[in-house]
Amino acid sequence: MGETHLQRLLRSPLVWPIAGLALLLVVNLVNDPGFLRLGVREGHLEGQLVDILTHGAVTLVLALGMTLVIATGGVDLSVGSVMAVAGMTAGWCVTHGHSSLLFVLAAALGAGALAGLLNGMLVAYAGIQPIIATLVLMVSGRGIAQLISRGEVLKITQPRFEFIGKGFLLGLPFAALLAVALYALAQLVLRRTAAGLFIEAIGDNPVASRFAGLATARVKCLAYLLCGLGAGLAGAMVAANNAAADPFGLGQNMELDAIFAVVVGGTALTGGRFTLLGSFVGVLLLQTLTPTLVFLGVDPPVQPVPKAMLILIVCVLQSDLTRRWLKNLLPNKPAASVASRVEP
Amino acid sequence: MTSAPPLLTLRGIGKKFPGVTALDGVDFTVRAGEIHALLGENGAGKSTLIKVLTGVYAADAGTIHLAGQPVRPASPKDAERCGISTVYQEVNLVASLSVAENLCLGRQPGRLGFVNWRALRRHARAALARLGLELDVDAELGSLSVALQQMVAIARALDLSAKLLILDEPTASLDEKEVADLFAIMRRLRGEGLGIVFVTHFLDQVYAVCDRITVLRNGALVGEFATADLPRLALVGKMLGREITAPDHAPVTVATGTNEPTAPVLTARNLSRAGALHPLDLDLHAGEVLGLAGLLGSGRTETARLLFGLDRRDTGELRVKGRPARIRAPRDAIALGLALCSEDRKTEGILTNLSVRENLIIALQARQGATRPLRRAEQEKLCEHYIRTLRIKTPTAETPVKNLSGGNQQKVLLARWLATRPALIILDEPTRGIDIGAKAEIEQLIAQLRADGLAVLFISSELDEVVRNSTRAVVLRERRRVGEFSGDALTAPRLMHAMAGGHQAHG
Repeated sequence: MGETHLQRLLRSPLVWPIAGLALLLVVNLVNDPGFLRLGVREGHLEGQLVDILTHGAVTLVLALGMTLVIATGGVDLSVGSVMAVAGMTAGWCVTHGHSSLLFVLAAALGAGALAGLLNGMLVAYAGIQPIIATLVLMVSGRGIAQLISRGEVLKITQPRFEFIGKGFLLGLPFAALLAVALYALAQLVLRRTAAGLFIEAIGDNPVASRFAGLATARVKCLAYLLCGLGAGLAGAMVAANNAAADPFGLGQNMELDAIFAVVVGGTALTGGRFTLLGSFVGVLLLQTLTPTLVFLGVDPPVQPVPKAMLILIVCVLQSDLTRRWLKNLLPNKPAASVASRVEP
Repeated sequence: MTSAPPLLTLRGIGKKFPGVTALDGVDFTVRAGEIHALLGENGAGKSTLIKVLTGVYAADAGTIHLAGQPVRPASPKDAERCGISTVYQEVNLVASLSVAENLCLGRQPGRLGFVNWRALRRHARAALARLGLELDVDAELGSLSVALQQMVAIARALDLSAKLLILDEPTASLDEKEVADLFAIMRRLRGEGLGIVFVTHFLDQVYAVCDRITVLRNGALVGEFATADLPRLALVGKMLGREITAPDHAPVTVATGTNEPTAPVLTARNLSRAGALHPLDLDLHAGEVLGLAGLLGSGRTETARLLFGLDRRDTGELRVKGRPARIRAPRDAIALGLALCSEDRKTEGILTNLSVRENLIIALQARQGATRPLRRAEQEKLCEHYIRTLRIKTPTAETPVKNLSGGNQQKVLLARWLATRPALIILDEPTRGIDIGAKAEIEQLIAQLRADGLAVLFISSELDEVVRNSTRAVVLRERRRVGEFSGDALTAPRLMHAMAGGHQAHG
């Protein structure tokens, strides 16, 4: 206790990503006063914000699973390739005359879940370093995706399937609704049950968690399984949006976007405490950055450079060192010294 | 004695850490051509002294003279340059490189960044020959046994014209034959006039190979003794900080008349694990505190780990409340009503960044499973209860546990286990590293738990603590059960006698 509100605020992992997002919105507003304007065309809501949400939907679906994996102290590099496998599986089903949306989706999700399970087993039971274990699928997943169609791009012409990628529901983009609904579901399941606590405990200290009676391997494996499931859905969403499944381009570099969103959002790569809301904000930050850079006249090929710099800045601001430094800048009330006396 | 000039002289070495005095005016003398044992229990200051010697820490006070010259090693590298080389328990070499590469790593012969491989191999062979070792210098280090890797580490340490060799628990993972080989090498080096500092927990080894013994306790020097003049029992007395007033030669083992009619809470029969524990029988009854005494490395913690399912047992059967128990992981043990408060609070206990509340409920919640979460109000009630009854000093239940002092962290861990309402609780060194006030409170708690009808297995290296808190005590020595005491027979001298070993002969 004894902290000022400002100090407590500064300790929250959400401060910097939200500040970054606000800054980007301001830049955009200055540039284009109509940035926040929403309109209705042909019964669909539209505007820059809707675009950001729509484009961010896939990243958000990935980032949810990635948050869990990173919270256990791991990382999943394979999600981009798993997206390709799942997208190709969906494409294969559609081109081979399976018209049931449920079947096609189940196939794509099944492929993702299988990949996630494999990752989870390698990490949790075989004890392989997460980077190495998931690198296996990152590399081989692309090959598997190509095997499905012998390297060809599969054209998908099935309005029912395409709906999950670019359909509108009640005037809102379905993909964005789906992603936000999943976010709400994940938030509910993880915080209303003890699952979130278990994941944080294992990420914080796996040995102590085992001593306390947690099934550490099972929980870790489950996190990778869910991450794979998310990648499966994300793959299907991209294939539906493009009305095509491209074994080379689908999900390319998406693992990096997902990891960036999670880390920028305030979940540390060392594991432990995680924040799904932070990952959500991280996704929005990344998605807002792209149109901002376009407005600012940065050529697309150069865009990764300012993107990387922004991410670096947010990460540095989030580090303990910076936070301590900022805390010391604030006037120390007598009450604050009581709090520090408790520390060893 | 005084004719040989001391090789190494430490005088009045002091080292303080925030809140702890690790070393207080310690003298330590090693002569050339002797093997000198550095002994002491946990927290005695052995490892701090060695770190001062090897330049890891700088001493706050005192002087170090090596071969008459004052030295002040600023880093391990600096210490090596002065002629002080160290071999640690864990081999600090690169397993994937060859023996020769390991021996010469960082000091490769050659010029302009090119390595002269022929010279390197020749050099390596010479270094090994000094120890009487014949090894393929091109073999990958990782393919050798731990014992041989250790010898390569010694060869590497000696390579730098060492005058003083420090062996920090080199025998911990070696079998008897390998220990004998190591001793042969140590004697050979002693013959060459090297001074050797030998740190070990095994008293047999001290008497087998050492010329002199320096004993530390609580950061202070207890004394320096010639091995031949110090009987084993007296040595243990020095290490534990109690003098033997009247040598107690009464029969050491007293059979207990187990007059509890009820089935024991926990029964272990023939419990063993290679390299950790020889077959052990143990019974624990409700309402008793069974002390488990023994020197460091005697198998106390290993016993606790086997009972709790942390390590797989090679043989043996466990029964809980009379029924055969399948304990293969801590969660099995917890489901059966067991609890283990581990000795290593930091790595095996606290969840550093999580709150006091989360640390407190985690074991109970883990037993209930993820789908049956404790209601927030329930959690807060538990926290409030234990913060009050155990007097945990924390601003709120939501404070990160890392902000608490060691004693309060320990209380949070105790609360974690008490919240599971266990039938049996294993306390492994529950009072280590905490202040005296907290110690007294934990001892009170143990009495309270016993009164509440729990079975308590109390592990401690403080003999007085064992005697004070236990209703019965079992002594382990070198991973075997060597005695059991209860009632009037449960006295510190008797425990010590059993810990030191019956035979008084040495050499």
